[in-house]
Amino acid sequence: MHSVGISLLIVFVVLACILGVASGLIWLERRLLALWQDRYGPNRVGPFGLLQVLADIIKILMKEDWIPPFADKPVFVIAPAITVITTLLSFSVIVFAPGITVVDLGIGVLLFLAMSSLGVYSLVLAGWSSDNKYSLLGGLRAAAQMLSYELFVGLSLMGVVMLAGSFRIADIVEAQRGLWFCGPQFVGFVIFFIAGLAETHRLPLDLPEADNELVAGYHSEYSGMKFGLFFLGEYIGITLISAMIATFFFGGWLGPVLPGLLWFIIKTFFFICLFIALRAALPRPRYDQLMSVSWKWILPLALLNLLVTGAILVSRTT
Amino acid sequence: MTAIFYISAAIAVVATFLTITRVNVVHSLLYFICSLLATGVMFFVLGATFVAALVVIINAGAIMVLFVFVIMMLNVGPQSADQERARLRPHVWIGPGLLSLLLLIELVYSLGRYHTGVTSGQTVGPQQVGTALFGPYLLAVELASMLLLAGLLGAYHLGRGVMTFMDRKP
Repeated sequence: MHSVGISLLIVFVVLACILGVASGLIWLERRLLALWQDRYGPNRVGPFGLLQVLADIIKILMKEDWIPPFADKPVFVIAPAITVITTLLSFSVIVFAPGITVVDLGIGVLLFLAMSSLGVYSLVLAGWSSDNKYSLLGGLRAAAQMLSYELFVGLSLMGVVMLAGSFRIADIVEAQRGLWFCGPQFVGFVIFFIAGLAETHRLPLDLPEADNELVAGYHSEYSGMKFGLFFLGEYIGITLISAMIATFFFGGWLGPVLPGLLWFIIKTFFFICLFIALRAALPRPRYDQLMSVSWKWILPLALLNLLVTGAILVSRTT
Repeated sequence: MTAIFYISAAIAVVATFLTITRVNVVHSLLYFICSLLATGVMFFVLGATFVAALVVIINAGAIMVLFVFVIMMLNVGPQSADQERARLRPHVWIGPGLLSLLLLIELVYSLGRYHTGVTSGQTVGPQQVGTALFGPYLLAVELASMLLLAGLLGAYHLGRGVMTFMDRKP
C-alpha cells in the first residue's frame, strides 16, 4: 500500500494524462481519418497542427452555453457530466504497471462494469431532458443499445475472470504471464471488442447520434462546453475500452525488454488506432440489425464461450 | 468508515422520501437511482463489496435503465404531473403511514432487543458469496431461477401476442 502522498500524485498524474490523451485523440483522429481519406486534415495551428486542440477548446469555451427554455434544466445540466465522471471513475481500477494504480480493488472488474452501466444514464437523460423528438429517439436507442451490449461486456469478461480466478485486475494481468488471454479467450475478445464499440457508441455503432437520420441524436440541443463534455466523454470511453482490451486480453504491462508502463501505453495506443480505423472503414448498420445481431448471435455465442471455458477448467482440475 | 455509513444512509432515506413525493416521474426515478447508489455505498462500507457492486450493476445500472426506457417510450406529458399532484393528497398518506409506523415500531423494538447492528468489518469477497449461494442456499437460487424463467416465458408470450396482432392488420 502506498502512502497518501504517492496515491494523490498517482491520482492527479492519471487524471491529467487521461484528459490530455482524450483531447489529443481529437487531433489524432482527424489526422488519421484525413490520411486514410487522402487529404491533409488539421495541419495549420502549431507543428503538425498539434495546437488545433487548444484552438478548439478556446473556441468551444467562448461559445454561448445555451439551455433551451423547454428543457428540463437540472437534468439537462447533469447529463453531460455523468458520462465524463463514470468513465473517469473506471480508470481508478486500471493497473498501468505493477504498483501504478489509483486503487487496488478486489472487485476491480465489477467496478468497471458498474461504471459502464451507469454511463447509459448520461445519454438517456440528455435525450429525455432536451424535449426534442430527435433527442428522445437518440436516447431511446442509446438505452436499448447500451443495455444489451453491456450484458456482453460482462459475459465476455467472465471467461477471463474464470481463467484468472479473480476479479482483481492486477491478478488478471499476472495470470497472463504464460499466455495472453486473447488466445484461449479469442471469442471473448471479439465479443468484448464489438460490445465495447457499442458501449462507447462510436462509429460504426453510433446509432444514438446517427447524424444523417437523427440530426445529432441525444445531444442535438447541446452547445458550448456541455456538448464538449459529451465529446470528451466519448474519447475517454475509447481510451478506457482500449486500455481494458490491453489489460484483459493482451497482458497489460507484460512484455519483453521495454518497461511495463511503456508496453501498456503501446498496446492501448494500438487499439485506439484500431477504433479510429474502424470508423474510417465501416458503414453504420441499421438499428434493427444491430439489435437482432446482439440477441440472436452474440448472446448464444457468449454463453457458449462461458460453457466451454467452464467445462475445460472443470475437466482440468478434476 | 462509520461516518460514511451514516452519511450514505441519510442520503438513502432522503432520496427515497423524495422519490415518493416528486410529481415528475423521471425526477422520482433519478432520486430512486440515487437511493440505490447510496445503498451500494452502505454495503461497501460494511465490507460486502461484491453485493455493493451487484446493487450498482443490476439495480441501478440495468433495472432502472429499463424503467427510464419505458417511461421515455410512454413519453408522459405535463398532464401526468398534475395527475400525480392530485394523487398525493394528505388523506392518501394515512393508510400507508399507519402501516409504516407499525413496521418502524417493530424495527426499533427488535433493534433494542437483539443488538444486531455490529458487523465483523471483514471484507466478504465474491468467492465467499458464491460458495454460500451454491452451497447452503442452493434451493433459493434454483427457485429464483424458476421465477426468472416464468417471467421470461410470460414476456415471450406477451411479445408474441403483439406480433400476431400487428400481422393481422392489413
